[in-house]
Amino acid sequence: MSDSKSLRSRISQHVRDIPRSGIRDFFDIVSSRDDVISLGIGEPDFVTPWHIREAAMLALERGATSYTSNMGLLALRRGIARYVEKKTGIAYNPEDEILITVGVSEALDLAVRALMEPGDEVLYHEPCYVSYNPLIIFARGTPVAVETKMENGFRLTRAELEEKVTPQTRILMLNYPNNPTGATLARADVEEIAAFAIAHDLIVITDEIYDDLTYDRDHFSIVSLPGMKERTIYLHGFSKAWAMTGFRMGYACAPPELIEAMMKIHQYTMLCAPILSQEASIEALRYAERDIAEMKAEYKRRRNFIHASFQEMGLPCLRPEGAFYAFADVSRYGLTSKEFALKLLDEQNVAVVPGTAFGACGEGFIRCSYATALDEIKEAMPRIARFIEKL
Amino acid sequence: MNELLSLLKQNARETPENMAKELGISVEEVKSKIAEYEASGVIRAYQAVVNEEKLDHSLVTTVIEVKVIPESEGGFDRIAERIGRFPEVESVYLMSGTFDLLLFTKGQTMHEAAGFVSAKLATMPNVTSTATHFMLKAYKRNGIIMQSGGEHERLKISP
Ligand SMILES: Cc1ncc(COP(=O)(O)O)c(C=O)c1O
Repeated sequence: MSDSKSLRSRISQHVRDIPRSGIRDFFDIVSSRDDVISLGIGEPDFVTPWHIREAAMLALERGATSYTSNMGLLALRRGIARYVEKKTGIAYNPEDEILITVGVSEALDLAVRALMEPGDEVLYHEPCYVSYNPLIIFARGTPVAVETKMENGFRLTRAELEEKVTPQTRILMLNYPNNPTGATLARADVEEIAAFAIAHDLIVITDEIYDDLTYDRDHFSIVSLPGMKERTIYLHGFSKAWAMTGFRMGYACAPPELIEAMMKIHQYTMLCAPILSQEASIEALRYAERDIAEMKAEYKRRRNFIHASFQEMGLPCLRPEGAFYAFADVSRYGLTSKEFALKLLDEQNVAVVPGTAFGACGEGFIRCSYATALDEIKEAMPRIARFIEKL
Repeated sequence: MNELLSLLKQNARETPENMAKELGISVEEVKSKIAEYEASGVIRAYQAVVNEEKLDHSLVTTVIEVKVIPESEGGFDRIAERIGRFPEVESVYLMSGTFDLLLFTKGQTMHEAAGFVSAKLATMPNVTSTATHFMLKAYKRNGIIMQSGGEHERLKISP
């Protein structure tokens, strides 16, 4: 029983089946080196705005060290209701249609677990955020990936969805603006997807964590369309636009029956989100627009810079319209994504994430995050140019 | 503020090529706009922000509050300009509140700074009183933190 082999045999088969994350492998390699310029970071390089940090300190001074209600502080849920209504036009009742979670990460897990029967199929698009596929498997569902392609701007189309849908399909997961591709959807695209979801009676889990970070047009949420509030779990959080990843704050908005189901799991597995983070988030919502506008202007300059640099080098890359990632096509160099990333790290000390970390169809791509200071991006670009010149 | 100006305020030594890429405009456009700003006096100068504490012989900065009697013609402008002509004066501002002009001056020693106040400033005809403060330490200057203790670092790779 004591040797590691027999311990391994005690681990649940479906957990064993999930491979180690490609990001973690790469993290170990990068961490062992000094002086790396990293374009591999999926969180803002900004520190949380000072007034938000101060609100957290003030809450601590006042002795806010307790649990909150399972749903989260009502004042925060009210603020979120106002904020979400302003963005989507959809009014959620703060009493029973909003649940505060520990990041969008927890909200994703709750949503999938609350809905899933063993063997149910979940449609999601790849390349996508690393947790979608494993979460579905942990919930004993069957993940069904729909590949999105660069020539389509990594948009999800109805035709591709229709190819993959079956009578067992229950859920459609969406993430636009997208990590890792930077793709966004136009209203017409969203309408097509909504019609598909209604036609096949699917619940939509939409992860709109990057919705404030779009650079050319405003984000349009699927929940805004008629008939969608009833079948949508809308997820958002404070990590990205407010640079609050470490606060671990997210939320779900959905009809009361679904929120109640998610809350059941949340109350026994998490109890509640940390109170200090909730207090800080109340403050974050008060001055939302100013904070976000400043950071967004800086991301946009970086987006412009990185995309112009790739064009100059002749690296094909969708012009990212949202989030803070550029997903460049390096397939012409005859290396796998991982080989390319390792060699780039080795020769030029620049870290990027191999596209395969975000699904098999990410092969041939690298993800370059521009949540990194411009000075570093300006140093990294000529290094990448030198690197590919020699390939 | 204009985006090009805010880039220059962050780093005046940035190349026009890089700024063009950031702003999504042409290099020519960047150059001609900068030339316009320089010609029209929007941009007055490009200077280094120096952390004086790192120098062996740092200069003494003095902040001086000055009360003056405004002139019937020209108000505060002429006297403020006259004060600004002293080379030791770095900045002159007209203020609301209990005094009129705020000066920042630089000198080699405290002695020298005190000498400027008593010999040159206090003797000017319209100056009625002065209050002199010596700056002890600069924590932030021109939006730049001068010294900070170990900033937190992010993970080098994350999803
Ligand atoms: C698309 C997407 N969803 C969810 C998350 C997780 O965010 P949180 O910090 O709210 O758990 C991330 C973080 O990178 C993300 O990119």
